[in-house]
Amino acid sequence: MSRIVNFSLTFVILAAAMLRLAPAIGAADWPQFRGSNSNSVTTDPQPPATWSETENVAWKADLPGRGPSSPIVVGDRVIVTCSSGVKQDRLHVLCFAAATGKRLWERQFWATGRTLTHASSANAAPTPASDGKLLFAFYSSNDLICLDLDGNLKWLRGLAYDFPRTGNDVGMSSSPVVLGDVAIAQVESQGNAFAVGVDKLTGETRWQIPRPRVPGWSSPIIMHTDNPPRDVVLLQSPSQLTAHDPATGKELWAYQVACDAICSAVSEGGVVYVPSKGMTALRPNSTDKPDVVWNAAGVQPGAASVVCDKGRLFLINRTGVLTCASATDGQVLSRVRLQGEFWGTPALVGDRLYCMAQDGACQVVEVSSDGRKADVIGKSQLDSPLQSSPAVSSGALYVRSDHRLWKIAAP
Amino acid sequence: MHTFRMVSRSALVLGSLVGIVIFAGGAKPVANLQPKLTTLRNVAAEGQGHRAATQAWSDLTVEARADQLPEILAALDGAGPLAANWIRAAVDAVAEREVEQGGTLPLGELEKFLAQKDHDQRARRLAYEWIARGDSTAPDRLIPEMLDDPSLEMRREAVARVLLSAEKAAADKKTEAALAAYQQALVAARDVDQVLATAEALKKLEHPVDLARYFGFLMDWKLVGPFDNRGGKGFAVSYPPEENLDLTTKYRGADGEVGWVTHHTDNEFGFVDVNQALGKHKGAASYAVAEFLSDRAGPVEIRLGTENANKIWLNDKLLASTDVYHNNIAMDQYVGRGELRSGRNVILLKICQNEQTEDWAQDWKFQCRVCDTSGKAILSTDRPVTGTAERATADASQPAAKTTQE
Repeated sequence: MSRIVNFSLTFVILAAAMLRLAPAIGAADWPQFRGSNSNSVTTDPQPPATWSETENVAWKADLPGRGPSSPIVVGDRVIVTCSSGVKQDRLHVLCFAAATGKRLWERQFWATGRTLTHASSANAAPTPASDGKLLFAFYSSNDLICLDLDGNLKWLRGLAYDFPRTGNDVGMSSSPVVLGDVAIAQVESQGNAFAVGVDKLTGETRWQIPRPRVPGWSSPIIMHTDNPPRDVVLLQSPSQLTAHDPATGKELWAYQVACDAICSAVSEGGVVYVPSKGMTALRPNSTDKPDVVWNAAGVQPGAASVVCDKGRLFLINRTGVLTCASATDGQVLSRVRLQGEFWGTPALVGDRLYCMAQDGACQVVEVSSDGRKADVIGKSQLDSPLQSSPAVSSGALYVRSDHRLWKIAAP
Repeated sequence: MHTFRMVSRSALVLGSLVGIVIFAGGAKPVANLQPKLTTLRNVAAEGQGHRAATQAWSDLTVEARADQLPEILAALDGAGPLAANWIRAAVDAVAEREVEQGGTLPLGELEKFLAQKDHDQRARRLAYEWIARGDSTAPDRLIPEMLDDPSLEMRREAVARVLLSAEKAAADKKTEAALAAYQQALVAARDVDQVLATAEALKKLEHPVDLARYFGFLMDWKLVGPFDNRGGKGFAVSYPPEENLDLTTKYRGADGEVGWVTHHTDNEFGFVDVNQALGKHKGAASYAVAEFLSDRAGPVEIRLGTENANKIWLNDKLLASTDVYHNNIAMDQYVGRGELRSGRNVILLKICQNEQTEDWAQDWKFQCRVCDTSGKAILSTDRPVTGTAERATADASQPAAKTTQE
C-alpha cells in the first residue's frame, strides 16, 4: 500500500515538475519580435519561396488600423496589433485563427501617452509578446496591455501615464519580451527613460531601472548563458549594451560603447553580436565587462535587426545589401543586393532567408551552410508599406503590411 | 387571515414582478454592476488596484447582460484614462458576446445614450459603433445631424459627408452648392486634414481661406534672446523674462545685452523662425511674448508646435514644459490648458535650441495658436479681419457654446 502511495506521490511530483518545466510556448510558436530566441530563426518547415494573389496565399485579412508591428503566433492563433484614428490614439489587438484567418476577437483601447509619430510609423510599432498563455501588447504611446488568448483583459499599464515626460514624437518601437514571471519593456526617450519589469500576472512593477535619456528604438533580447546556466535580458541603448537579471533588473554586465539606436543585437552560443562600430562580438565573463571577441567595422547593418544561425550573421544595410558574415571573426562570407529598403528583420527558415522590403517586395534568399553562397530564389509582391518582420510557424509565413495580414503557405 | 392572504398575494405579485424584471430578456439575472464598475474606476497609476480590477472585470463581463451596456458606458463619465480602458474593454466584451450568441443589443437604449451629449464623448462614440454594427441604417440616420457634435469623431464623419456632397456638387458644376457645402464643412471641421482639404477646394473655387486666422495662429510677437542654454542647462534657468516681464527692458544675454525684437510672421501656419528673428545661435534660449485680448474669461488652450524644448505661460502661470529637442514637429504638439481673463492676456513662450550639429537639428522655430478645447480658434478681439471666405472663418473662430475634448 505504502509502495502504491509512494509511487503515486512520486508520479504526482514528477508530473507537477514536468508541468512546471514544460514551456507554455510551443515549438512552432513565434511568440515575440524575432521569434522565441530573439534571433529570427526557426527549424520549422519552410514556407514557399514564391506566392501571388492566386498561389500560396492561404488567407489574408484586412486590419482596422496601421502599424509596423509584427504578427506573433501562439498555438493556433495569430495576434497582431494596430492603431487607428486621426491621432493614432486607438489601440487594437486582434486575434485570428491561424488555420482559417477568421477573426476570433478584437479588443480596443485608448492611448494614455503621446501618439504622435513620424508619418512613416504608427502608434502600433512594437510587436506584442506572449508566454503562451498571456499576451502583452505594447505601443509607441507606452501603453502595455495584458490579455489572455481569448481577449480577456488581465491588466493594463500606461507607462507614460505612470511616468510623465515619457515619449518620443518620432515614435517609439521597442518590443517587449517575457521572461519567467516578468514582462520587460524598454522605454527610452529624451523626456524620460527606463526599463521596467512588470509582474506578468498582476501588472505590478517588479523592478524599474533608469536608462540613458536619449531616443532609442531597439528591443530587449533574451540571451541564454551556460555558465551559470540562466537567461538574461539584454538592453541596448545608443550608448551602451547592458545585461540584466530578468527577475530583479539587476545589472550583470555592461558594454559602454556607442551602439545602433534601432537595429537590435542577437546572441548565439554565449556570444552577443552587437551593432556597434559596425558589428562587435561580445562574450560575457565573470566580471561586469564582457570580452570583445572581434569587431568588424565594415559590416554595417541598417534598421533591420541582425539574424544569427550556426555561425553565420545576416545583416541588411541601408542600401539593401544583404551580407552574410562569419560569427567567428566578422569576415564577410557573401553579399547579395536586394531590392528595396528594409525595416523588418528577415526570418531564417532552414536555408531560406525571407526578406520583406518596405515597398512590399518580398525576396527569398537561399544561403549555403557555410554562408559563402547566397542567391535570390524567389520574388513576390505584397502591399506597401511593409515595415514589419515576418513570423514563421508550421511551414507558414505570416506577414503584415500597414493594413493587411497574410498567411503565406503551400496548399 | 384576510391580512395574511393580502400580504401573500402582494408578495406573490411582487415576487412575480421581481422575477419578470430579473429574467426579462433572458435567463440571466440582472446583476448589480456598480461595485465592479467602482472597482474598475478605482484603478490608478503603477498598477494600483489592478488585482481587484482583474477579478471585477472578469466577473462583470460574465454577469452583465447586454441591456446593461448603457450602464457600463455611463461609468466612463469622469473615469480616468486607465479606468476608461478597463471599462471600454468590458463594454466590448459584453457586446461581442451578445452578438456571438445570436442575441440582440439594446439599440434603442444605446441611441438614447448617444443622444445625451453630456456623456463622455468616447463613451458616446463607442455606443454609436455598436449601434452601427447592429443597425446598418444608423450612419445615414445619425451622422448628418452631428456636424456640431461635441464628439470630434462623430463630427469628423459628419464633415466627411458634407465634403463628399461638396465634391459631387463641384464635379456637377454646381458651384454655389459646392461653395455652400465647403463653407459648411469649414465651419464644422476640427481635424487639420479636413480643414486643409476644404481650404484647398475653396481656393480652387476662388474663395481662399485665411488659414492663420482660421486656426488662430498668433502672428505678432516680441522676442528676446539668446540666453545661455549650453548643455541644455538654460531650460531650467529662470531668466529675467520669466521673473519680471518688461518689454521695455534690456537683459544680459549669452553674448551681451539683448532687447525685445518685434516680429511679425506672414506664414499661413504661423511659424516664427527664431533663427531669423534673433540670429542663428546654438545652446541658446529665447523668449517670445504675445498679447491677447479677450472679451470674456474662460478655459483656453495654448497649442504649440516646435522641435525645440519649450515652456508655455499664460498670465504668468506655467501651463506646460517639455525638455525635448528635435523629436518631430506637428501642429498642436504641445498643449497648455489655462484660463483666459477678460481683457488683456499675456502669452509667454520659452523656446530653447540645443547644440546638435546635424542638418536636421538646426530648426529653431515654433507655431502657436489659441483655441478652445475642441480646437476651434479663439481670436484676439483686436485681430483684424483679412482675406476672403470671411464669413465661414469668422464663424469658425467664435468661441464654441459647448465643446468637449476627446
